[in-house]
Amino acid sequence: MGKFRVVHYINQFFAGLGGEEKADLPPQDKEGPVGPGTAFNAAFAGEAEIVGTVICGDSYFNEHQEEAKADILERIKKYNPDLVVAGPAFNAGRYGMACGGVCKAVKETLNIPAVTGMFKENPGVEVYKKDVYIVETAGSAAGMREAVPKMAKLALKLAKGEALGTPSEEGYIPRGIRKNVFVEEYGAKRAVDMLVKKLKGEPYTTEYPMPDFDRVPPAPAVKDLSKATVALVTSGGIVPKGNPDKIEASSASRFGKYDLEGVDYLTPEKFQTAHGGYDPTYANQDPNRVLPVDVMRELEREGVIGKLHRYYYATVGNGTSVASAKKFAQEIAKELIADGVQAVILTST
Amino acid sequence: MKLELGYFNVKDVVFGDTTRYENGVLTVSKKELSELVLEDQRIKDVDFDVARPGEEVRIIPVKDVIEPRVKVTGGTIFPGFLGKPTTVGEGRTHVLKGMAVVTCGRIVGFQEGIIDMSGPGAEYTPFSKLVNLVVVANPVEGLSQHEHEEALRIAGLKVAAYVAGCVKEKEPEEIKVYETKPLPQALKEYPDLPKVAYVYQLQSQGLLHDTYVYGVDAKKIIPTLIYPTELMDGAIVSGNCVSACDKNPTYVHQNNPVVEELYRRHGKDINFVGIIITNENVTLADKERSSDYTAKLAEYLGLDGVIITEEGFGNPDTDLIMNCRKIEEKGIKTVLITDEYAGRDGASQSLADADPKADAVVTAGNANEVIVLPPMKKVIGLVDTAAVIAGGSQKALREDGSIEIELQAITGATSEVGFTRLSAVTL
Repeated sequence: MGKFRVVHYINQFFAGLGGEEKADLPPQDKEGPVGPGTAFNAAFAGEAEIVGTVICGDSYFNEHQEEAKADILERIKKYNPDLVVAGPAFNAGRYGMACGGVCKAVKETLNIPAVTGMFKENPGVEVYKKDVYIVETAGSAAGMREAVPKMAKLALKLAKGEALGTPSEEGYIPRGIRKNVFVEEYGAKRAVDMLVKKLKGEPYTTEYPMPDFDRVPPAPAVKDLSKATVALVTSGGIVPKGNPDKIEASSASRFGKYDLEGVDYLTPEKFQTAHGGYDPTYANQDPNRVLPVDVMRELEREGVIGKLHRYYYATVGNGTSVASAKKFAQEIAKELIADGVQAVILTST
Repeated sequence: MKLELGYFNVKDVVFGDTTRYENGVLTVSKKELSELVLEDQRIKDVDFDVARPGEEVRIIPVKDVIEPRVKVTGGTIFPGFLGKPTTVGEGRTHVLKGMAVVTCGRIVGFQEGIIDMSGPGAEYTPFSKLVNLVVVANPVEGLSQHEHEEALRIAGLKVAAYVAGCVKEKEPEEIKVYETKPLPQALKEYPDLPKVAYVYQLQSQGLLHDTYVYGVDAKKIIPTLIYPTELMDGAIVSGNCVSACDKNPTYVHQNNPVVEELYRRHGKDINFVGIIITNENVTLADKERSSDYTAKLAEYLGLDGVIITEEGFGNPDTDLIMNCRKIEEKGIKTVLITDEYAGRDGASQSLADADPKADAVVTAGNANEVIVLPPMKKVIGLVDTAAVIAGGSQKALREDGSIEIELQAITGATSEVGFTRLSAVTL
């Protein structure tokens, strides 16, 4: 097998074209290695070779993201590469964003592996670590000598399709993907071992580092409810009988939007719950217990609220990942805003 | 409190005319067991089957797993269900080790599980290593879900106690003694070792997510103390319809690995003084009350450290975090065991709650991870329930008989009392 063909992405500074004053340089490309590319070629030790280098000014990339990405991808494609390496960007924020953006686009559109390198506090890390392998580097270009062999090694592994070890073994920044593994000891023993260490003040490693929990401050109160259109949104799984959208009983992959026109209250003949995480008896007997259409209609008649929004949205919360829930919420919120809804009552189970 | 467990190592279970135990083989009479189960008029029909480790057998939908035990002296097994709710945990108990009674049959509603005896699924469920006596029982028409659940739960307990009855008078092959002393004595015995207890969260979200303590619904308890040996005699019984992967079946209450491990370190690294049981009710007021009370008991006992385990996910994550935070605020160190719901791709946040004080966590793995279970030669129960149990979907059951499903549906796969070797890492 021949050498892997590599395209290297760098900014104007590392290409030797100039500093900040040249940061608005549009994309260009050159055959062969430029700047740090020579060091990469050496680190590839004959297994891969940089066939082309794409260069773009950092300001240009960040100010013209879509155009720049399309242009850069075309230039990369031209070299017919097996692999793309970007940077390393160290702690340069705009360069990090560009390296991350290019690698993500390469992975998604050209379907070939891409590797970049950054300092752990580079803003590009937060944005792209989930999508892209980012090798951890020092904060400045003084760390080039150390970064290049690590990036080259990981890039070769990806190009060969070899299984990767843990982030600490491979030197990349954890992408935040949780993966199951069987370990030596059973859980109870691991827990008691950890407690004994914690009691003795010895170091131990938690198996699940706590995330930065996303706490949402409540929105300010609606000033005049009597003029507001209020919508009902539920994760309690209330759907028209027969569950037309086949929303899963657990780990829902979708939500439904259903019409309440002419519905004064929900009847068990026409509505049910699709939720598999609680005893459905009481919700099926009277679906208004989970989705209070009956009370909302009363409030509408009494003039407490302007009106109940014509459609309600439903999904199942049971075991549904936070990421899915977030996605559903964004789509639902967009439609509600477009429909002129001012307030939402969220019901759960 | 001191309990002697006398073990009989069961190598196989077969059917015969009478129920007896000889040379590692348990023979059970289907007729006797049928009569016993059908005493309950809520049960219409019952059949029995045996599934052995390595066989190409799938059991679905699994409700509970129970270890057959019998009290030789000192009360009745499963007090509050099969006998008066008098204190257990003392005297002698005989155990049919290496086997279990598994209850199965028409689905009660949702959230029941799968046990595969071979193949990839068997790697995940700890119950694939046991010889399983499966009770397939169906209710009479028109029975409510709540009565259906209760009838099946009690049928399982009765069958387990009945088969264990045949070794009551026999000499066990092995005896193990467990003892926890009253607090003043325990403190005097190991004055220099850190005092450790186990905070045991019992599933009590209600609506069929229930656990029972001496027959009392755990929703209705205030956190309290229990001797570890009481668990071994069936003082805690699981209700059905709790998500399969992280439900603690009755077998796990009887053989809690955290208790086992704390006993193993007792007198060496720690002074294991006992268990605080608490619940996982759904209202905020209940959560506040129970976690306050749990932290208070931990302080009252003068503890240095606790292990806290969860049962279930989502809503009970808040109980886990509240218990952790409040106990840590008392200056008592905590280690938590949980599992994760990080999405099928593992990219989502794993728990519904978090706190920086939860800095020592053991994970039993991501229950959303998908597994393909190949077709099996034999299915005990009803395979079509794969479409509706938690972790399944309309597409779960594939044409070739294989099942594509989340680990969530596999009984005990992500046990939050640390019964398995599954964990998770961040990539």
